[in-house]
Amino acid sequence: MKGRRISRRDFLKRLGAGAVAGSTLTVLSACTVDTAPRQGGDGGSEGGGTLNLYNWSDYVAETTIPGFEEEFGVRVVQDFYASNEELLAKLQAGGTGYDVIVPSDYMVEIMAKSGVIQELDMAKIPNFENVGENFRGLPYDPENRYSVPYQWGTTGILYDREEVGEVESWDAMWDERYAGRIAMIDDVRETIGAALMRLGYSINSTDEGELGEARELLLEQKPLLRGYFASTEIVPLVESGDVLLGHVFSGEGILATVENENLAYAIPKPAATRWTDNMCIPAGAPNPDLAHEFINYILDAQVGADLTNYTYYGTPNEAALPLIDEELTSIPEWNPPDEVFDRLQVIEDVGEATRDYERIFTEVKSA
Amino acid sequence: MAAQKGVDKGRGWSLGLAGLLAPAAFWLGVFFLVPLLLILAYSFGTSGVYGGITLGFNPENYLKVFDPLYLQIIVRSTVIALLNTLICLAIGYPLAYFIAFRGGSWKTALILLVMIPFWTSLLVRAYAWVVILGGNGLANRTLQFLGITDGPITLIFTPQAVMMGLVYSYLPFMVLPLYASLEKFDARLKEAAQDLGASRWQTFWRVTFPLSLPGVIAGSILVFIPSAGEFVIPDLLGGSQTVMTGNLIQQQFLNARDWAFGSALAVMLAVLMLGAILIYVRRIGTDRLEGV
Repeated sequence: MKGRRISRRDFLKRLGAGAVAGSTLTVLSACTVDTAPRQGGDGGSEGGGTLNLYNWSDYVAETTIPGFEEEFGVRVVQDFYASNEELLAKLQAGGTGYDVIVPSDYMVEIMAKSGVIQELDMAKIPNFENVGENFRGLPYDPENRYSVPYQWGTTGILYDREEVGEVESWDAMWDERYAGRIAMIDDVRETIGAALMRLGYSINSTDEGELGEARELLLEQKPLLRGYFASTEIVPLVESGDVLLGHVFSGEGILATVENENLAYAIPKPAATRWTDNMCIPAGAPNPDLAHEFINYILDAQVGADLTNYTYYGTPNEAALPLIDEELTSIPEWNPPDEVFDRLQVIEDVGEATRDYERIFTEVKSA
Repeated sequence: MAAQKGVDKGRGWSLGLAGLLAPAAFWLGVFFLVPLLLILAYSFGTSGVYGGITLGFNPENYLKVFDPLYLQIIVRSTVIALLNTLICLAIGYPLAYFIAFRGGSWKTALILLVMIPFWTSLLVRAYAWVVILGGNGLANRTLQFLGITDGPITLIFTPQAVMMGLVYSYLPFMVLPLYASLEKFDARLKEAAQDLGASRWQTFWRVTFPLSLPGVIAGSILVFIPSAGEFVIPDLLGGSQTVMTGNLIQQQFLNARDWAFGSALAVMLAVLMLGAILIYVRRIGTDRLEGV
């Protein structure tokens, strides 16, 4: 869902799209290709063994994995996925052999409901006390029974300050003056969510009337758009001037503003998305003890700070905040003040309505 | 004695045949037939809200295919695929003809040039087009350098860019079978036709073209079927603003978690393609071939 810099994640996403047929087959025939557990091998040393981490690509700092391997005398094998849905499909196929996965907010709820992740033993995660109040008990897992936050961010607007002026609200993305130079994220929930929020509704609305209004709004916007892209594709389009206003994730958006003064990142009014990626342990993980150790390690203040200084995404780790580079902390959009934070909305699973959302998005895109 | 020998021979031969066919039969059975039957079974199932599927007999998925929204997407992608096939044929035939009859000692080198793009992943090649056609890309800079345009013009993320990407990607699938059938062509037939008084045009339409029909049919099928199910190119070069049946199926499996509807769409696409191919081969193919 979120990528950074010239992230491989997006490229992987496309590759993933190419492999849909393959992964679908995997799911359908419930035979697991390329998912054999990787424990064994050089395991067995000290309390050791292997931790199998299944993560978004390019989402750990260079020091994160070696640091853990050294401290615990284990080996970490990291595999990558490109979308929450891909992750879910793989877990539902069963027996993946992963110890830790990093799903985004609404997906935690889905995974808990469908029983593919296990409850965490908080006694083994003492560093959970480092997690800020704002990041505990989020709506998708109110008691943190299944998940612990990893990194967080917002979804907002990256824009050319010279050409557009100051952007405050979603209205800019519907402004006819910028026809043909606006790009939205190719994501059902984010883009329909933007329309819902502009209308003042909840990003999780399942009300037919409200969704209908959002559809009209998106149909109205369509002729003004350059297209629907992944966030990582939009950033270079804004940087090159092809697009003046782009709907992007905060980490890569803020990185672009650091590299180019003409660009700015806005968290639009009246509301914007705030998302959190979380660490979870799949049901049937081969090494749950080590998985808890890893989760606890990530929540360490220094480890958490290193992570954020590398990815430019937010940290839910309050103890890590004093250790974050000033370059980042001085950016208000990176560290939104309370009045901004309070108007952020979290995407939750909408159950049956997922298909209504999908139909609306198909209708808008094919219009 | 002779009969007995014949029987033995026959049995030995059929055992040998079975042995030869077994790997292919196994392959097709496991990797083609089983998944196909699973998709067929799933297409009558009911999707769980969180993915997964309950098998049964639920015709609803097929009724949904006839929802005007989805029907319009299927019809449009079929038209796009058809157009792609015609353009590939129009460009590919002269190219294959030239290589086969005028290529001389360059034949192999030329046909290799047609195949070279296959050595690179389709994704990488599609991304190359994004770079070439972008606002600051090679195409726009060249146009401005030549004074044809004043500023960057929109070349990418349009339906035209999708069409171009499709033709670019599928052209070799048309050229190769055409070349294969033209290359075998006995040049003496052309001489004979001309000796008998046919003009060059008549020679082409009454002799060369009918004999190359197997190549035309094979090429058209190879281009038409996969391009109808294409979903990467519309995403990459169309800015996701052109939705094709392939995109729709992908969305059902990955985003909507509606495997049943996705399967129904896949079955419908397969049936549609099969029907189109049957009509094509019957009408254009064998009739013309028999006419020769």
